[in-house]
Amino acid sequence: MIKHSLQRLLGLIPTMLMLITVAFFLIRVAPGGPFDSEKLLPPEIEANLNAKYHLDEPLVQQYFRYLGQVVVLDFGPSFQYKDWTVNELIAQGFPVSATVGLAAMILAFVVGTLLGIAAALRQNSGIDYSLMGFAMLGISVPNFVIAPILILLLAVYAGWLPAGGWDWSVANMVLPVITLSLPAIAYIARLTRGSMIEVLHSNFIRTARAKGLPESVVIRRHALRPALLPVISFLGPATAAMISGSVVIERIFSIPGLGSYFVQGALNRDYTLVMGVVIFYGMLIIILNFIVDLVYAWLNPKIRYDEKR
Amino acid sequence: MTKSADKPVIDPFEAALEVHDIKGRSPWEDAWHRLLKNRAAVYSAFIMAFMLVLVVFGPMLISWESDFTDWDYTSSPPSIESGHWFGTDAVGRDIMVRTLEGGRISLLVGLVATIVSLVIGVSYGATAGYFGGATDRIMMRVVDIIYALPFMFFVILLMVVFGRNILLIFVAIGAVNWLDMARIVRGQTLSLKNTEFIEAARACGVGDWAIIRRHIIPNLLGVVIVYVTLTIPQVILIESFLSFLGLGIQEPMSSWGALVSDGAQDMESAPWTLVVPSIFLTVTLYCFNYIGDGLRDALDPKDRL
Repeated sequence: MIKHSLQRLLGLIPTMLMLITVAFFLIRVAPGGPFDSEKLLPPEIEANLNAKYHLDEPLVQQYFRYLGQVVVLDFGPSFQYKDWTVNELIAQGFPVSATVGLAAMILAFVVGTLLGIAAALRQNSGIDYSLMGFAMLGISVPNFVIAPILILLLAVYAGWLPAGGWDWSVANMVLPVITLSLPAIAYIARLTRGSMIEVLHSNFIRTARAKGLPESVVIRRHALRPALLPVISFLGPATAAMISGSVVIERIFSIPGLGSYFVQGALNRDYTLVMGVVIFYGMLIIILNFIVDLVYAWLNPKIRYDEKR
Repeated sequence: MTKSADKPVIDPFEAALEVHDIKGRSPWEDAWHRLLKNRAAVYSAFIMAFMLVLVVFGPMLISWESDFTDWDYTSSPPSIESGHWFGTDAVGRDIMVRTLEGGRISLLVGLVATIVSLVIGVSYGATAGYFGGATDRIMMRVVDIIYALPFMFFVILLMVVFGRNILLIFVAIGAVNWLDMARIVRGQTLSLKNTEFIEAARACGVGDWAIIRRHIIPNLLGVVIVYVTLTIPQVILIESFLSFLGLGIQEPMSSWGALVSDGAQDMESAPWTLVVPSIFLTVTLYCFNYIGDGLRDALDPKDRL
């Protein structure tokens, strides 16, 4: 188990390297420099600026300099937000994004598995069909469609909740969290239903029932854990999906999270900020995937790699 | 392996097979029957066909131009009398014609980007699966690495770097979406190469080309069709996502994502500008997902979720 984890941990290095390399060179082949948008600068000042940001060095040297910075998690100064470093912007935005994301994740996991189990236990019934129809809706309706419609109904017409903004209050979080979690709820429900149906047809469940165990015990003690395995392995991709979803959600609800900074940076061609956020989120996803893999191996004895019995 | 030498040996088998053929169904017919039984998929296919006709021919039949601004009816609600059946936006443009023309772009993105991902994915996956060994390991390791990257952010990065060229949007979206296809095609090729029925076909003296045509391609085609159908809505969704953020299609062109974005801005004064494109987008995604699901159930003998 430990050997396997260490191997996997080493395997993360090429992924991260690739992430940083691609992000770096993509930005560098972009036409125009970061100071082009401002008024035409005198050549001396531009040279000074370029020297300040090491833009006058050869590309390879810049690349290794940036690599060295990223290793110690220093993403450099933002080009557009004056007096801000990218690190400060991330430190400001990420807690907000993480709060919304985590709440949405927990909601999605709980509601999704419950709906999935409910559908699986009444397979091919009316409940099953309507739950799965609802799940398909959750997958098909993009969250940038759901969000404005929910705002219109619950905030503008009914006036129950604020339409946007952020002051760390629960009322402000309700709509963003629900919108963000809906696609994941739908996907997890479908996943759980499928695997639960498969598990319920397996031999060990038949044995458990033959022993005369009550159905609730069969479900909770025997079926639940193997049925949740696909859901666990979905948590990695789910995080990635939530993070990209949050970009839209934060824009719609005007939440000052990392996603808003990212989009603003992308629209303003704030290269260092965009690159910093991509790398930061990329690393986050890679590390979370790694943790999910470990949890999966721990839950599923079949893939505990190097234990010799 | 000369054909003339094999023929007399094979013929009695073929004759016997032909007798059975009359009673049996090919796997494709089986799949077709399974698909027809899936009502959601069949209805979805009809709705999509209707949508396609509407989007392609609709704008020609509507007397409004998509960029015509009708100053007498700015932000006017849907009405038959004004001639704007789905209402107008804040500058008096007809929502119906804009939605249908936006649909052209959205569906075109779905088609082109899916073809891009299909070509990359199938050739990459088939190469890896066919050669196997170290080539396969390295190629799949690369896929694993790219898989772990936050690809949505890379699309945004691509948009920032290369500007908002419509052709580039197609290619960029397709280029980040081929991973699933590559994995599936590779796995399928790998397992098909060594299956008993391929061996049996070979033992019967069926030529390589015939094996590929009769056995490998049909088996590959099933999963490819399923994933193409499931890729189309994904790709449409990504384009809408980008356009919603203002990073995709630019004025005067439009797509459903861009229209939803516009609509979300005026939704308090003119909710129809949000609702109409939202319905078109949602119905399309819903239908494609149902068709893809139905195809998977019909074509995948393993009966996955």
